[in-house]
Amino acid sequence: MDFMILSLIKLGLVLFIFMTALAYIQWIERKVIAHVQLRVGPKRVGPHGLLQPLADVIKLITKEGMVPSHVHPVFYYLAPFVAVFFALIPISFIPFGQANVKIPFTDITTNMELTDLNIGLLLILGLSGMGVYGIALAGWASNNKYSLIGGLRSSAQMISYELPMALALVSPLLMLNTVSLRELVNGQEGFYFNVIPRWTIFLMPAPQIFSFIIFMIAGFAETNRVPFDLPEAENELVAGFHVEYASMKFAAFFMAEYANMVTVCSVATLLFLGGWHPIVVPGIGNWIPALVHIGGGAICLYHGLVQPARKWDNITLPVFGVAFIGAGLLFAIPIVQELLAPVFWFTAKLLILLFVFIWVRATLPRFRYDQLMRFAWLFMFPLALVNLLITGLLVAATTN
Amino acid sequence: MAGKITEVLQGAAALVKGMGITFGEMMQPAITEEYPDAPPNFQERYRGVHVLQRDENGLEKCVGCFLCAAACPSDCIYIEAAENTDKLRISGGERYAKVYNIDYNRCIFCGYCVEACPTDAITHGHGFEIASYNTSTLIYRKEQMLTQIPEGAKFPLKAAPLNPGGSGH
Repeated sequence: MDFMILSLIKLGLVLFIFMTALAYIQWIERKVIAHVQLRVGPKRVGPHGLLQPLADVIKLITKEGMVPSHVHPVFYYLAPFVAVFFALIPISFIPFGQANVKIPFTDITTNMELTDLNIGLLLILGLSGMGVYGIALAGWASNNKYSLIGGLRSSAQMISYELPMALALVSPLLMLNTVSLRELVNGQEGFYFNVIPRWTIFLMPAPQIFSFIIFMIAGFAETNRVPFDLPEAENELVAGFHVEYASMKFAAFFMAEYANMVTVCSVATLLFLGGWHPIVVPGIGNWIPALVHIGGGAICLYHGLVQPARKWDNITLPVFGVAFIGAGLLFAIPIVQELLAPVFWFTAKLLILLFVFIWVRATLPRFRYDQLMRFAWLFMFPLALVNLLITGLLVAATTN
Repeated sequence: MAGKITEVLQGAAALVKGMGITFGEMMQPAITEEYPDAPPNFQERYRGVHVLQRDENGLEKCVGCFLCAAACPSDCIYIEAAENTDKLRISGGERYAKVYNIDYNRCIFCGYCVEACPTDAITHGHGFEIASYNTSTLIYRKEQMLTQIPEGAKFPLKAAPLNPGGSGH
């Protein structure tokens, strides 16, 4: 019974945080791309546009869900559900903190995750492969040439990039000898010479930098992000597979895309960047969350009080600054530190990878379709194979 | 093989350079103008609502020559000229504009009137917030466009009313 209640509480918490985060990743993306283009991005709904995601959600929910007469109704309605279903499941078995954490003031211990699966990684690979059904189905059911081309491109692209992605994932598995996500992260604990963390990208005998890069590139293709956003290439296919979708059905595809991004970045964090292990030795590492938050608060205070760039900045930024410093002080309390520092490290790595996704979107143009396929089969696939071969040889040579 | 590797390395270098440029741009301050919250920054050459200039004595520069009205492609300038007298001196020249109306329903802000003016009396200002729900308020009279009398101007006939005939309509 305790287990049930605990699981429900955790589920509610994770669902709330994850859904909010999905909405705000979009806000971050709009802000970052705006600043790359020397604009300011959303700023009129709430301070610094912070209520913009809420406004978007309300707008999408209340919008009329028009269904074109020429679609295939069953699959048309099914497709967004399929897409969002396979995008949201993986979060339920991604660990984001240590096991057997004791909750303060109680004697309950729990893992920082929803379920502990010993085949977590395989399941994520399988589910991300299933995700293509949502898009292909949407393209086909829309009964529209643009949608169909978008859906077909998406299928071809995802199947092509699944291969180097899986091969890139095999190398760390070879070195750590498990497919459970939690054990994969536990295998990356510790430091070389007390400086270099033993993450998979640095782990001897075969540092996995290449497979990390291959995985990230394939991740871009898997999530249909720029520069691989061929399925929704705006200037040739209008909007690709979701041309005929509006209101919440459109929002579901949108949500699926961002949830996929989070999943890919989580897997990269867990497999290559040491999950929740800190970047510096734990003695100092435990204080970094506090310092980062206080530093962020100080920057907010400086920009708010010393040089407010825009109207209201002298009110909103100090408020944010004080909130950040408060969070930083919270991280300085030993109990909270023990509980949340791993979550902080996991989230920080995740957010940095998400920022890379956004940054790339702001930088790179879209591939042509033949370039996309050539890149996958003639460059990524051989490179992943060679990387796997070398890793295998090195692992075989160093273990008896 | 070596050529292939060089190609890949060059590609990666180009990628890093491009990413560096976007990151650098992100750190630059935004150039967006916060118009309703803050006044917009105009170029000096911006052609807004006209301003009728005065000379250093506070006399109107307009001498009522009708050249601006003749140059106007949308025919939106209406002038009634009158003679200056010793008792009533409005402009520096022989005549002055008794009525000077610009119809902003028609004006296309082309600047031909400014180019045509021989005495540099009519110029473009930076006013632009002239939208109105009532088109009759868009016909601007001379009083609405004249600049202030400059500080310390020795107005020749102080007793005379400044704009006796400028009723406009």
